[in-house]
Amino acid sequence: MDLSFTTEEQAFRDEVRSFLDTSLTPELAAKGAANLELTKTDMEQWHALLNAKGWLAVTWPVEHGGTGWTAVQRHIFEEECAIANAPRIVPFGLNMLGPVLIKFGSEAQQAEILPRILNGDDWWCQGYSEPGAGSDLASLKTRAVRDGDEYVINGQKTWTTLGQHADKIFCLVRTLAEGKPQRGISFVLVDLATPGIEMRPIKLLEGGHEVNEVFFTDVRVPAGNLVGEENQGWTIAKYLLTHERTNIAGVGFATRDMGKLKELTKQIKRNGQYLSEDTLFMAQVVELEADLEAMRITNLRMLQSANDGAAPGPEASMLKIKGTVIRQKINALYRSALGPHAAAMPQDAIAHDGLPAEAINAAATYFNNRKLSIFGGSNEIQRNIIANDILKG
Amino acid sequence: MDFNITDDRRMLSESLRRYLSDQYNAETRNSVAYVAPYHSPKHWQEMAELGVLSALVKEEDGGFGGTGFDINVVFEELGRALCPEPFLGSLLALQLLASFNTSKDANKEIAAIVSGEQLAAVAIYEPHAPDSLSDIATQATQAGEQWTLTGEKTAVYGGPSATLILVVAQTADGLGLFIAEPSAQVAKANIDGGGTSSMSFNNTAATCIATSAQAEIEKALDTGRLALCAEAVGTADVLLEMTIEYLKQRQQFGVVIASFQALQHRLVDMAAEVVQARSITVLAAAKLDEEDASRHVALAKNLIGRMATLVAEESTQLHGGIGMTWEYSGSHYSKRLIMLDHQLGDRFNQVNRLLKMAS
Ligand SMILES: Cc1cc2nc3c(=O)[nH]c(=O)nc-3n(C[C@H](O)[C@H](O)[C@H](O)COP(=O)(O)OP(=O)(O)OC[C@H]3O[C@@H](n4cnc5c(N)ncnc54)[C@H](O)[C@@H]3O)c2cc1C
Repeated sequence: MDLSFTTEEQAFRDEVRSFLDTSLTPELAAKGAANLELTKTDMEQWHALLNAKGWLAVTWPVEHGGTGWTAVQRHIFEEECAIANAPRIVPFGLNMLGPVLIKFGSEAQQAEILPRILNGDDWWCQGYSEPGAGSDLASLKTRAVRDGDEYVINGQKTWTTLGQHADKIFCLVRTLAEGKPQRGISFVLVDLATPGIEMRPIKLLEGGHEVNEVFFTDVRVPAGNLVGEENQGWTIAKYLLTHERTNIAGVGFATRDMGKLKELTKQIKRNGQYLSEDTLFMAQVVELEADLEAMRITNLRMLQSANDGAAPGPEASMLKIKGTVIRQKINALYRSALGPHAAAMPQDAIAHDGLPAEAINAAATYFNNRKLSIFGGSNEIQRNIIANDILKG
Repeated sequence: MDFNITDDRRMLSESLRRYLSDQYNAETRNSVAYVAPYHSPKHWQEMAELGVLSALVKEEDGGFGGTGFDINVVFEELGRALCPEPFLGSLLALQLLASFNTSKDANKEIAAIVSGEQLAAVAIYEPHAPDSLSDIATQATQAGEQWTLTGEKTAVYGGPSATLILVVAQTADGLGLFIAEPSAQVAKANIDGGGTSSMSFNNTAATCIATSAQAEIEKALDTGRLALCAEAVGTADVLLEMTIEYLKQRQQFGVVIASFQALQHRLVDMAAEVVQARSITVLAAAKLDEEDASRHVALAKNLIGRMATLVAEESTQLHGGIGMTWEYSGSHYSKRLIMLDHQLGDRFNQVNRLLKMAS
């Protein structure tokens, strides 16, 4: 057994680091470090920098303009980006729709849409969830009825992340009302400029606007916007789920946040000593570090077997649970460390007390990241998947 | 043994509950809690007239309550309604003024606070003394008859609206208590609603109440901690109820999600913690005027910190996406429960205090 990366992988890591050193702008890194909300322009700017380097579509094969990287390379890239406080790649076009089109799309769809994703011409959002269809996604009700060479869509999507920036939305819609619900779902592309679409913001508990509701009233889209076959949507969605699960553990983010937490304990004083000298508090930090180190290796073990061609199984669900809970716990300890100041951190206290800039957002980040265990298949649903697997036959 | 509350307290609790549900619903609450002055002066005045503030003061100091049980009753109702009015700051101030109630001046001040004419806050903690009195750096200096204060204060609850500010500062005799107007103040909304200030004092003229007030400040803080425990019990009780109701009504996979045993057990664990939290808060209230008050309050505040975190996090999770929205009032209950642990020493801080008391 050898836990070290190969010489090639280490060389790749060096290459990623030097790219980040030279290309990631200090403004973007500073925003990332402080957990500030990124503007649309910020995200587009980062995508453009990666695209210029040919590193934007990390899950696509080379022939479609992707990197063709192995799972281990993607892991290294994502880890280095997180540690450098680079923005996250907005996943909807690049890591969700792209792989779907490459696998199920027509040649015309691939030729038209993939380059526009790479160039940043279209911002895509994901229209799966509905008010009545969350964990039970197959019960979705938004209808698409064929009318000549168009589909007419009626219904509502919700929780649409960054829909406010989007030009287009890929939707799961019901094309068949009878039979098993999974069999009557199709995957359709919709231009948000089409008449009959209304988008409304949803404010999250910490005050941020990142999700939306989308209402469809007699929205007509060309039949050519169907991806794959009619009623093949569920198969596509399941395929996409495995893609959504790359980087599912968020090891890079957790590593970065753990580093920040440890830094913070050296800057905060309690009872006349730095928090880093407080055994009670540090015991929690150290235990979390043990969890994180174990998760790093679990993740690498999975990546290695993916590299060797194994299909992701229930281990992905375990990583989702562990990864999200570890990140949430790091956020909680960071918030705790700030004591009474976490609730209302005056801007000038940051400068005055020499605290890191992200201290001001500690509570907001903690609250916002409660989403990690809810979306992408809630942690309860992941447990059901694992239970089914370990108890079977 | 009798765990019933007295008729007087029951009346207070019922009238406060009625008032808050009629006059201070979630919509009103959210419209005032996050914008300056982070509460509603109109409601504050009405609640003073209802006798809520005088219920926090002992009879000998001009009120009609002031025991641990009175504080429990009031703060549990405030917690149930998620009321952002700055009662915590007033409670601390009333306690401190009552401790030094030897002069007519203190009496007058208490009366003015109880009537709602003055709104009081206490500046105790500092950037590098976030939860203990041992590192207070604000300095009080005397020149002739005149005292001045210099230093930085943070986490002044109710500071944004306060007209009377008590300040804790170092004197030659230990920690003293003063009245002063800060030379500068930054007011901010808390993420869970209500307002907090940071203040600086820069050779600021001050009136001295006492030059040695450590014991009285500790006592006031314990009273404040008890109030937070009671508030948490009220808040958690309502949030638990909301979660149960939601799970009984939300359907996925063709059934109500309350039918999933995986979720039922988690509801039960939440409910058990709320029961335990209520018990330890009753115990702390009963002990408030006894010698071992600090120990019982610390035990309570520690348990409450753990309970509040569990109930908040589980409630959000069990609700799914809806629990993360601003529009759903449960999310504000969750935020309050989480941030409550940050006030007047969190659960780790209570453990530290308990270990110190034990040794
Ligand atoms: C911030 C955020 C961003 C999102 N972004 C998007 C997006 O861009 N596009 C999109 O389509 N969707 C998005 N979602 C939606 C997300 O996928 C759903 O919230 C998620 O699937 C859960 O559905 P729900 O919220 O309806 O909760 P519900 O399904 O109602 O679940 C409520 C609770 O019941 C539990 N539960 C449900 N079924 C079972 C079961 N069988 N056994 C045990 N427990 C169960 C759940 O785990 C949860 O705790 C987002 C959500 C959030 C919060």
